[in-house]
Amino acid sequence: MNALIPAASRRQLLQGAGALVVMAFAPLEGANAAESLADKSMHPAELDTWLAIGRDGQITAYLGKPDVAQGLEVAIAQIVAEELDVPVERVSIIISDTAQTVDQGGVSGSTGVQRGGVTMRNAAAEARRLLVEQAAVKLGADPDRLKVDNGVISVIGAPSRKTTYAALIKGGRFDAKLDWNGQYGNGLTATGKAKPKSPDQYRVVGTSPKRRDIPPKVFGKYAYAADYRPPGMLHGRVIRPPVAGAKPMAVDEASIARFPGAKVLRKANFLGVVAPREWDAVQAARVLKVTWSETPGAFVTSETLFDHIRETPALKREVVKTQGQVDEALKGAAKLVEAEYEWPYQSHASLGPGCAVADVRADGVTLWNPSQKTFATALGISKLLGRPVETIRSIYCQGPGSYGRNDAGDACADAAVLSSLCGKPVRVQGMRADGHGWDPKGAASIHRARAAIGADGKIVAYDYLSKGFTRMEVNTFENDPFDFLAGMELGFTHEPAATFGAPEDVYVIPHRRMAWETIPRMLAGPSPLRTSHLRDPLGPQIHFASESFIDECALAAGADPVAFRLAHIEDKRHRAVIEAAAKAAAWKPGPPGARRGGSGATLTGTGFAYANRGETIVAIVSEVEIDRASGRIWPRRFWVSHECGLVINPGTLKQVIEGNIVHGASRALFEEVSFDKDNVTSLDWNSYPILEIEDAPESIEVVLVNRKDLPPSGAGEPSTRPVAAAIANAVFDASGVRLRRIPFRRDRFKAALAKSA
Amino acid sequence: MTDQISLTIDGHKRQVDADPRTPLLYVLHDELGLNSPHFGCGLGQCGACTVQIDGKPTRSCITPASNAVGKQVTTLAGLGTPEKPHPIQAAYIEEQTPQCGYCISGWMMTAAALLKEKPHPTDAEIRSALKGLKCRCGTHVAIIRAVKRAAAMNA
Repeated sequence: MNALIPAASRRQLLQGAGALVVMAFAPLEGANAAESLADKSMHPAELDTWLAIGRDGQITAYLGKPDVAQGLEVAIAQIVAEELDVPVERVSIIISDTAQTVDQGGVSGSTGVQRGGVTMRNAAAEARRLLVEQAAVKLGADPDRLKVDNGVISVIGAPSRKTTYAALIKGGRFDAKLDWNGQYGNGLTATGKAKPKSPDQYRVVGTSPKRRDIPPKVFGKYAYAADYRPPGMLHGRVIRPPVAGAKPMAVDEASIARFPGAKVLRKANFLGVVAPREWDAVQAARVLKVTWSETPGAFVTSETLFDHIRETPALKREVVKTQGQVDEALKGAAKLVEAEYEWPYQSHASLGPGCAVADVRADGVTLWNPSQKTFATALGISKLLGRPVETIRSIYCQGPGSYGRNDAGDACADAAVLSSLCGKPVRVQGMRADGHGWDPKGAASIHRARAAIGADGKIVAYDYLSKGFTRMEVNTFENDPFDFLAGMELGFTHEPAATFGAPEDVYVIPHRRMAWETIPRMLAGPSPLRTSHLRDPLGPQIHFASESFIDECALAAGADPVAFRLAHIEDKRHRAVIEAAAKAAAWKPGPPGARRGGSGATLTGTGFAYANRGETIVAIVSEVEIDRASGRIWPRRFWVSHECGLVINPGTLKQVIEGNIVHGASRALFEEVSFDKDNVTSLDWNSYPILEIEDAPESIEVVLVNRKDLPPSGAGEPSTRPVAAAIANAVFDASGVRLRRIPFRRDRFKAALAKSA
Repeated sequence: MTDQISLTIDGHKRQVDADPRTPLLYVLHDELGLNSPHFGCGLGQCGACTVQIDGKPTRSCITPASNAVGKQVTTLAGLGTPEKPHPIQAAYIEEQTPQCGYCISGWMMTAAALLKEKPHPTDAEIRSALKGLKCRCGTHVAIIRAVKRAAAMNA
């Protein structure tokens, strides 16, 4: 990714034209060497950009990635504290703000620690090296004879000869260079001369200090993006058409005259209202009389979605992997296994509809922005408003949990357009129907697999195809106006990249073809079914199919599903993770169906699935309890083994994995976007049910395989990947019914149970 | 039409000018500047806006402000403080329960009411009391752990 905001021009912004933007905020946060924001180093090759030590010895580190409440902040603080030999309490982290931090790529692909932590570690190690070097001069001792404890540098064996970080730096700058690789975004790396510690020296990394955002949350004080209230702020609501694709032809402004101060704001096909009071804005948006253009419905219906995917000619086909002679090997197969799996559109459905605050002024723009892409949003909105990006300050503020590209960026663009039209700061929050109806959707797809089982009971040939909508009709990086609903309504258009995927696995199979095909979107422009990334973008879809299919192959081979997988895997890391889950669950060997239990009203069974996502490997054993009468599937217990290299904070890591498992179970069991030819019809929690407490697992046992010898890899998404297949495999074990369509709704499963009986 | 409405929020008397039919949530968030609770659905379906009115968990997004007049409204900020946390707050911190935390007013205000009524609830009673609340981050298992931990503090 290219530099979004050149450091020099940002400096100019802060000193010149954008002074107002800066003044809108409290002075520089944290213990900072810079006197004000205008002095803050912003070049990735300067150590001061990343780290500052205050006169009181407090350390502030500047992370250019948001923490979406998965413990990234405390993990980064641990990494910094570790290298500097201070307690974690001494380290504060400033999170993703275009005026204070460098673009490290946003929340993206579970890379918070994996990528974001690298430069933070290097910077902290370099700061320690420089300070120890200065201390050596001051104390008249060789640097090798010095030790650091709690920010105090002393001579080994002569503890009275000492100084401190604070005394050495005196609240000033390091004025030291790092070796920067010239990249911004996820690829950014800056390295000092110092060699970071080896893991066997760790004292802070590998422990579980608590998250610092939790106390203000539980005492009701935490400020989310929704809680910023700049003076003079108006409340905005955006009105979107009842039939997707329709345009506002006429608006009766008198229809909202009774709401004090309420105003209609309209530009091209973008239509909103603002009012000083939120309840007035809500009511005005509800009653505003709009004449919409006559538009034929653009969609097939959710009932015919999978036929549509099957029957629509592919726009693009890509063979991801091919080896051997697949077609010949399949023809000559002694035993052929074939299956097709279906995954519907799913909604991000964040707990609160998108909410953001924007203050668009003549001399600068401020965004209180819960999008995962703080920097990319600034660029996209600069193009949307026709303003230089240097005049836009984008500040990440947490919103309701996001697990990819939800509606936060759209809310930010809505607020920015409304603010630009009325000249006042505007806070926009959608209503529930805006969230469910108009947020970006996880892609719908079908997955076909065929395999030949050889005489030795192993898979000889494997042909796999994903077919669906491209995963990114709007980009997860909101670099361009056409990535926002408001941008599309203002006339920005583009042709999305056609991209899908095939399983990531290490199964050794002689003949193989892994391919994908995409079909065209049903509606260009502002579509409520536009796709974007939803947690582990296509991982759950693809691996629901592939890991269910491996189970079907094991059945055909009469093999135990765990042993069957191991028979096809040589990679020792993968084997270790699979074995750890089986051991934790006290896995009882036998082919699918062998762990069947219960009788009469209740059936029980246990299933296995595993996947890697990049370097992170996850294996899951799922135990289900089935209620025959209702078709309810209760995912009662999970055992999860998880290997993501070096573990920074086992406590928060376990919590994140638990969340992934439950979110994954919710998507597998309950979640499906309904729509008719005109629009999305699942617009609330009744029509878009998710997993609730009565169906929550009784226990989730997490085994962390801590590989201190390997760099940390991601954890925010990978464990959600094999959940659906683990449940489906458990359901087969329990009932003999093979579930190939997501979600495993009670009515459908009940019917399938009755049919199989 | 706006009226002067007198409310008692977290033990403090507050006066606001608002249409008495305004949902209490907007009065708390916008007129009184509280950061919690939050808007989740405006339909009474998720619980993110939950406060206690005279001790009873209530969805403030569908409760007219006038319904709270003369009653005690309690938010998370009034449940306890860092110095003197309510057991459910202490347990949430100890268990590191929330992820985004946007929904926690629903779970915590409801759990606090449950614990008052039943200091030592069973698993089934916890699940039943918390029915209907939504959490998108999937922290349900941690929530049950926190309620049990808070119950243990009730000794």
